[in-house]
Amino acid sequence: MLHKFMRKHDTTDIVMWLIGLGIFAAVIYGSYVTLFVTQKYEPSVWLDFTIFGLAQGSVYALIALGYTLVYGILFMINFAHGEVFTGGVFTAYFLAIAMADSGFIERHWILALLILMAVAMTVSVLVAVILERIAYRPLRGAPRLVPLITAIGASFFLQYTYRGIYGSGVKTYPDFPALDGKLNLFGREWPILTTQALVIVVSAIMMVFLYWYVQKTKAGKAMRAVAEDKEAAALMGIDVDRVIVNTFALGGAMAGVAGILYALLFKQVNAFMGFIPGIKAFTAAVLGGIGNVPGAMLGGLFLGIVESLGPSLILDGLGIPAPYQLKDAIAFTLLVLVLIFRPTGILGERLSEKKA
Amino acid sequence: MDKELKFTWKDMLKYGVIAGVVAIYVILVGMVEAFNERYIIAETINLGQIALFSPVFLLAYFAANNARKIKSSLFAIITSIVVGLIGGAFVAGLLVLGTHMNLRAVFLNVSPELLDILHLGQEGMAGAIAANLIISATVGLLGGLFALMPHKWSNALLVGLSLVLLMGILQELMTITFGNKDWYKPIGEFIYAKKGLSWGGTALFLVLGIVLNLWRSSDKLRPGKKVAKLPRQQQMAVQIVAMLLGLAILLALPKFLGSYPSEILTTVGIYIIMGLGLNIVVGFAGLLDLGYVAFFAIGAYTVGILTTTGKLATVEWNFWMALPVAIFLAMMAGVLLGIPVLKMRGDYLAIVTLGFGEIIRVVVLSDWLKPYIGGAQGILQIPKPKIGNFVFKGPQQIYFLVLAGIIIVGYIAWRLRDARVGRAWKAMREDEDVAEAMGIHLVSTKLLAFATGAAFAGLAGAIFAAKLGSIFPHSFNLIVSINVLSLIIVGGIGSLPGVIVGALILVGLPELLREFADFRMLFYGALLVAMMLVKPEGFVPEKTHARELSEKEPFSSEIEPEAPARETI
Repeated sequence: MLHKFMRKHDTTDIVMWLIGLGIFAAVIYGSYVTLFVTQKYEPSVWLDFTIFGLAQGSVYALIALGYTLVYGILFMINFAHGEVFTGGVFTAYFLAIAMADSGFIERHWILALLILMAVAMTVSVLVAVILERIAYRPLRGAPRLVPLITAIGASFFLQYTYRGIYGSGVKTYPDFPALDGKLNLFGREWPILTTQALVIVVSAIMMVFLYWYVQKTKAGKAMRAVAEDKEAAALMGIDVDRVIVNTFALGGAMAGVAGILYALLFKQVNAFMGFIPGIKAFTAAVLGGIGNVPGAMLGGLFLGIVESLGPSLILDGLGIPAPYQLKDAIAFTLLVLVLIFRPTGILGERLSEKKA
Repeated sequence: MDKELKFTWKDMLKYGVIAGVVAIYVILVGMVEAFNERYIIAETINLGQIALFSPVFLLAYFAANNARKIKSSLFAIITSIVVGLIGGAFVAGLLVLGTHMNLRAVFLNVSPELLDILHLGQEGMAGAIAANLIISATVGLLGGLFALMPHKWSNALLVGLSLVLLMGILQELMTITFGNKDWYKPIGEFIYAKKGLSWGGTALFLVLGIVLNLWRSSDKLRPGKKVAKLPRQQQMAVQIVAMLLGLAILLALPKFLGSYPSEILTTVGIYIIMGLGLNIVVGFAGLLDLGYVAFFAIGAYTVGILTTTGKLATVEWNFWMALPVAIFLAMMAGVLLGIPVLKMRGDYLAIVTLGFGEIIRVVVLSDWLKPYIGGAQGILQIPKPKIGNFVFKGPQQIYFLVLAGIIIVGYIAWRLRDARVGRAWKAMREDEDVAEAMGIHLVSTKLLAFATGAAFAGLAGAIFAAKLGSIFPHSFNLIVSINVLSLIIVGGIGSLPGVIVGALILVGLPELLREFADFRMLFYGALLVAMMLVKPEGFVPEKTHARELSEKEPFSSEIEPEAPARETI
């Protein structure tokens, strides 16, 4: 029987499955030890972790939309999308400081937040569109590695541009006093921080908007048409170049909002802040099935929760000291595992070999 | 195509605005101020000014070049002056804004010193604005004239100017290296002023560059051509003599150059070894690996752990015993990390390897493995390798280790390139499905590429650990992978001499210009983009790859209905 099995599968496949099984076993064992043997954490802690995971996951989801939209149309990874995200929030920082100094944030925090988002969105959209115009458009139709290398170059160029222009230090975003503490609504206190609730709600609104835009508007229809078949779309009178610019702009807008939400959650910005969230958001996009809009949202939330629960749940149980340091490793391991075992993602459509 | 035949006032304006925006970018990002103390010519022209005015020069050149094809030379000259004026106006505008507003709250680099530089030596604001406009227009005019020159002459002039620039930058190094040698003193006094080249030196190198270039392009005296005419046996003899001569020069270099240049050369050399390795993976086999630094780290850490006599001491082997282990472990890691990505292509592969690299970095930095590999504190007290009584203690000795490494690795890469497996790699790079159909076993071919590349990186890492004597995780971040990738792309993907050229340009040159360190990654990023846009085959291209890159992929070229016609730049 083993012989038959071996003939059907590659040795490398078997090795891969063994590795996968090993990781799966480690996950189960680690969770079991944490939950039932050591019982280090209260149940309420798990709830806090989950909510925090949801909040950071919704930021990932917003960034992931930018990857997914571009990939859906051009089949390229916009490696510099993390820097599109940085550009908006970093530029808005200076406005935020000015608004905090003048007391504007305390007086009209909703208006301040909206202005910050508008500024971040504008800058991110600009960066995304300029990037497309200069770095990607001339390369349409080049071999696949060429735009990817360009994107990597653009990513580093942008990072160090921000560093050169705005300085290399870590900057602290001003506080929103109205958002301190737990959420107080309908006369009772909810077990969730106001900031986190706001982040989740705003990103939900943005995602619903995006879904509506892609599914219901004419521009969204054109986008889907181009994603389906560029040539046919062009023959139907769709300006392909314009649709592509639109797509980049839309991704940039989402990244701009995500930037402000990120700043609300983590309070800190610097020139390189976009890189790791960028890769994680890409992970989220792949998790949900790249090119698939609801998938990116789902993938983002899932990744956020895994990253937030994983260190305490799994690594703690395995007896690894200071597990929180390894949360990035968890996210990247998830990326590697998904790409190996299910490159089409959770909701993914099966992309042909040429695309994937 | 009819679009290209137009050049209107609007285009002129556009070039001017681009020049202005780029100049402002250069200022805001901090280059002008950082380079301001680096004088190139006799205390008059410094690198900051060159950085400030080169956007105007370049865009005036491009504008005039386009304008001259359609309209008269006079029009082209006017164009270039207008571009210069607009560019100058932008800079002057920044100067006015910066004087009256506190731009520094946002733009870190708009300091009083920078505004002082932008005054260009004039006292009052009006004078400064006038100076900016006049100099910018002059630079624009020069750019225009450059465009109108016959190609042969502008090329020669370019080489001459580059030589002047290079020699100006090299001043400090030359003084450190040869300052106390008797034969150098009169030469140094002639070519260099206190800061930068003297006028005599400038003229000398300018003329030298021009003459050399004209002589080379006249095509009469190419040594290669003469040799090619000789009978086969004599050709071999010439090659062997040339090789021995080259080897002798390389062996004499550290003694001749002294400690600091040798240090630079060893760094370049380590990057050459890594570049040769990544060149096999990316260049030959077409597998874009962004986690390459992981193998470098494995090599370095293996040597570190096995040889250290410090706190983390284990077996305290000597370097030569640890070296094969390091290479072997790196190779095994290459295979292990290669297996999961066998089925992936292109961009997914890049992201997964990037993920691997980051996982390894995060794990190394964590407290988890700290008792074994030192966490953020790294591994200290790694002894220097020695043979008998000869200790590779300083850069002048490590140099030989690196040189030996390059020769061995270069030889292997060169032999593999045209061997059966090398041709299999290239076939796989061109088209995996066809390669498989032609009977190439994809699994073993890919794994062999990963293993070879990783082994080279392991060797580089081992030498790196021995060179520094201590290793820290932050030496092994993604930047290293990107550096190596940049240098093989600049040199030419798949090209062996390209690796050496790329490493000399991208690793060697920045070491000479220390002010440049802050802008290094900025330049690498821009260079990657620019190379892909303009010269994807690199400066020393490999033949087949150049051909492949100049073709468009059939699947996407059909999609472009009218895109090329919309290009106006």
